[in-house]
Amino acid sequence: MALLERHKADKIGDAVFRGVSYFFAISVVVLMLFIFAVLFKESLPAIKKFGLKFLVSSSWDPVRLEFGALPSVYGTIVSSIIAIVIAVPISLGIAIFLTEMAPKGFKGPIGTAIELLASIPSIIYGMWGLFVFAPFLSDHVEPWIIEYLGFIPIFNGAPLGIGMLPAGFILAIMIIPFISSVSRDVFQMVPPMLKESGYGVGATKWEVIRKVVIPYTRSGIIGAVILGLGRALGETMAVTFVIGNSHEISHALLDPATSISATLANEFTEAVDPLYLSSLVALGLILFVITFIVLVLAKFLIGGFSYKGGNL
Amino acid sequence: MKKVLLAVTLILLMAGGSFADTLINGAGATFPYPLYSKWAYEYAKKTGLKLNYQSIGSGGGIRQIKEKTVDFGASDAPLTAKELSEAGLFQFPMTIGGVVPVVNLKGISPGQIKLTPDLLADIFLGKINKWNDKRITELNAGAAMPDDKITVVHRSDGSGTTWIFTNYLDKVSKDWHDKAGFGTAVKWPAGVGGKGNEGVAAYVKRIKGSIGYIEYAYAVQNKLTHTKLQNRDKAFVDPSIESFGAAAASADWRNAPGFYVVLTDQPGKNSWPISGATFIIIHRQPEECGKAKIVLGFFDWAYRDGAEMAKSLDYVPIPKNVSEIMEEAWAREIKCKGQALWKR
Repeated sequence: MALLERHKADKIGDAVFRGVSYFFAISVVVLMLFIFAVLFKESLPAIKKFGLKFLVSSSWDPVRLEFGALPSVYGTIVSSIIAIVIAVPISLGIAIFLTEMAPKGFKGPIGTAIELLASIPSIIYGMWGLFVFAPFLSDHVEPWIIEYLGFIPIFNGAPLGIGMLPAGFILAIMIIPFISSVSRDVFQMVPPMLKESGYGVGATKWEVIRKVVIPYTRSGIIGAVILGLGRALGETMAVTFVIGNSHEISHALLDPATSISATLANEFTEAVDPLYLSSLVALGLILFVITFIVLVLAKFLIGGFSYKGGNL
Repeated sequence: MKKVLLAVTLILLMAGGSFADTLINGAGATFPYPLYSKWAYEYAKKTGLKLNYQSIGSGGGIRQIKEKTVDFGASDAPLTAKELSEAGLFQFPMTIGGVVPVVNLKGISPGQIKLTPDLLADIFLGKINKWNDKRITELNAGAAMPDDKITVVHRSDGSGTTWIFTNYLDKVSKDWHDKAGFGTAVKWPAGVGGKGNEGVAAYVKRIKGSIGYIEYAYAVQNKLTHTKLQNRDKAFVDPSIESFGAAAASADWRNAPGFYVVLTDQPGKNSWPISGATFIIIHRQPEECGKAKIVLGFFDWAYRDGAEMAKSLDYVPIPKNVSEIMEEAWAREIKCKGQALWKR
């Protein structure tokens, strides 16, 4: 009898637990749909007024209430691409060093240092970028770039130390810890037997890394890169400080630009007109959609690669 | 673990306590924030009445007072009489400040170079882009203007400072009026944007050959190089508490509907041309009469006893003749259940 009761209680406990878990899991989806719905509703006035032109117009004129998202979208995407291009090779290098080459006493301190970098608030990166990094770029790096690479249109301009390229640099520094610590973790998951077989057949370290470690962990690496990209796309304060906040699209990466999140951070407080506010929310909606597309692409890529990866 | 819990509870209790003490909430413009918090602090010491002012920006202040989530709003740009009557609001000026062009030029000391309204507009339009442009060197024969490219620095966030500055350019330059107009944020024809007064100050300090505009107090505190500016009476003036006050004294408050007065490009030989008053906004028929009365009592005290404190923080107090006009208007126009709320 007692056993039966106990059994009953267990069943109820399980059911409650299941219910609660379901509730939390579903509430994430519901929350996301709500955010999307609210963003969409609030941006309706702008969508009605500008239509698809909102996406391609580069005019951002709060006085005449003409708004176009192109400069912000362009800045968001280009600064993130710069960040990824710089951060991925460096991060993979760090991860490979930590898992394959670093002497025992080295791994712990360097690993911890990288994780610490990830926990620095972005406002600190922003202030460091503005007061330390931007002056360094404008005094030492950008004059060099302009002199030797200035013949390429994207590298000419004035050495201000603030603009698209500095924003990309700062973003790269911010996402390196993410990409490198995640890739380090996936590299550590490569079964030692696989690597040893590689060495056994006479492969060099480089060959083992290139032909065994990286193929085996491809989906994990892509996951790490997407994580970094996600952070770069939405990063606000650090970018706002160094990107220069100009709604003009310039071919030169040294020139000031703007990004979606920087525009929002800058202009939200003083946007009194409903259409202005709505246009800002519409920018937020676009960022939401961009992030969503990136995530879907990532799922797709990871799915495609892990199949191959598993079979080596 | 227990200790942590205890600490958290204590912190929550203390936070709760301080919220409970705050009687009056205000929100709005960032520019007068140091002054309002100083006033609130001194007023609390004297009377025990606590005010909390959040500097969330003029636009936010206007939104919040319209939605009645605060007891008073503050804005650097006045609302028009039409906007006021539509929302049942009332505004009055609380302090005066000036916006100052600042430059980063090697070998040039503060006030050494002079600019005319036309020159200033054309620089911000991007039409003049070298410091040794003939139009600049002709006006500044004594100064050795460097061969630097001009980089315009403006605010990237919406701001009352931008409103005052662009309102001035809009008045003095037809070209500016056609291309950009005025507002808390505009479509800048040239330059880079810094976030906040401190952002503009940092950029101007950083970039050689830059010119920006900034709140007077920030220019003083950051030791930036200001320029002289030609005013409406063709005199070249330096920015100072006196020259801002001169601009305010010459304005006609009594006949301005809704006290919509913009202090840019005012007449007077000593007037600094880019001055502006910052305003307090309240409801004409407040729901919570007791709170409204405390708000008016506070600002009455600020008009009278707060003037010296304002000067010490580089703000210009409202002249006595103007504050009297305002208090007459309170008595006339702020009503609570049909009764005048403020008695003189």
